[in-house]
Amino acid sequence: MTDEGLRLLASALAIGMGTLGPGLAIGLLASKAMEALGRNPEAQSAIQVNMILGIVFAEAIAIYALVVALLIKFV
Amino acid sequence: MGGLLSGSKGKLLAVIVILGLIASGVILLKGPIAHIDPAAEWIFQVGAIRITNSIIASWITVVVLALIAVLATRRMQLVPRGLQSLLETFIETMLNFVVSVAGKKWGRRFFPVVMTIFLFVLVSNWMGLLPGFGTIGVVRDAKAQFGEKKAEEVHATSFTKLNVAGLDVALMLPGGGEAAEKPKEASGHGEAAQAKPVLVPFFRSTNTDLNTPLALALVAMVFIEMWGFQALGPMYLSKFFNVRRLLRGEIFSGIIDLAIGLLEIISELARIISFTFRLFGNVFAGEVLLIVITFLVPLVFVLVFYGLELFVGFMQAFVFAFLTLIFGVMAVASHGEDHKGHQEEGEAAEAHH
Repeated sequence: MTDEGLRLLASALAIGMGTLGPGLAIGLLASKAMEALGRNPEAQSAIQVNMILGIVFAEAIAIYALVVALLIKFV
Repeated sequence: MGGLLSGSKGKLLAVIVILGLIASGVILLKGPIAHIDPAAEWIFQVGAIRITNSIIASWITVVVLALIAVLATRRMQLVPRGLQSLLETFIETMLNFVVSVAGKKWGRRFFPVVMTIFLFVLVSNWMGLLPGFGTIGVVRDAKAQFGEKKAEEVHATSFTKLNVAGLDVALMLPGGGEAAEKPKEASGHGEAAQAKPVLVPFFRSTNTDLNTPLALALVAMVFIEMWGFQALGPMYLSKFFNVRRLLRGEIFSGIIDLAIGLLEIISELARIISFTFRLFGNVFAGEVLLIVITFLVPLVFVLVFYGLELFVGFMQAFVFAFLTLIFGVMAVASHGEDHKGHQEEGEAAEAHH
């Protein structure tokens, strides 16, 4: 297992496993938001805004994983 | 409306043409992928400072925004038309939104900073998608551009070279001309023969350089802290150094409060990191995606990802501005006035809806 090969493997694993959690989190958030929207369509803008906020925080974690993967690959 | 593309036969024709373009691109336009660098490449030097292509792009963003502002407010009329009307609608919508989140008084104070951040990030993200960003540049020797050590890792891209006004300008093309062949000729002994030409783009989307998101995050943090001090005076620091209970003699609760204050400080610093990397990660990853797809399936197919990038650029601008707003609202909210603040916000929200 060469050094270069390990680097490639590390980069792939970083991004692959790093997005499992955030993917799950975003799915849960969106599903709960849809449920809430179905129950109370009048609160649409409040639900939407807060859902976006929650998704953004979850996505930030995925971005951290992506940055690590890019760092391993290119730096 | 008649014409070549109407009807089901026309649609079939369009699909065939597109698939044909994609197939011919994959077969004919093959070449080594462009060099992707998280660090921005410098274009020219002013004394000891190296001006990078992302700095140039940020200047262009500023010029574009200033131009739009000047054009819209020239000869302003009471009943707006044209560009002035468009901008007024836009600004009014955003102002109502900001006021509905932050309350009337603080909403108007947050608005300039939040809106500036939104517009700057939006325009710079969308400008980075224009043709020419990252593809048109100057040809330089890898060693002169990157320094000895890094030049080893840089591989030659395929580009087509023109000579414009004495400068070697190049256009990056998958499967295009020169550098694809050069390394074979120059692969010999001696360093003089090893001149590795690289394409250094003139412009590069400004948020793909880590420095710009970091600068924006620092600016946002400075403003948030400033708003906290403006709202609460020096007592704003009591959020971080809560010695009230300690001074009253309750040692245990006092130490817990101090620990909570320390966590607050850490979370403030972590916000800078997360702001930076959220914006940088999204925009840089988008650029890498576009380059990879362009070199993988050369024609037409990359348009789908341009659509994604348009959306992502807008969302990241909105998120950056919105989070600045939210953290500002949290910073000016003092614990004593919580009920009054919420009531004010509730009234503002009701008035808005």
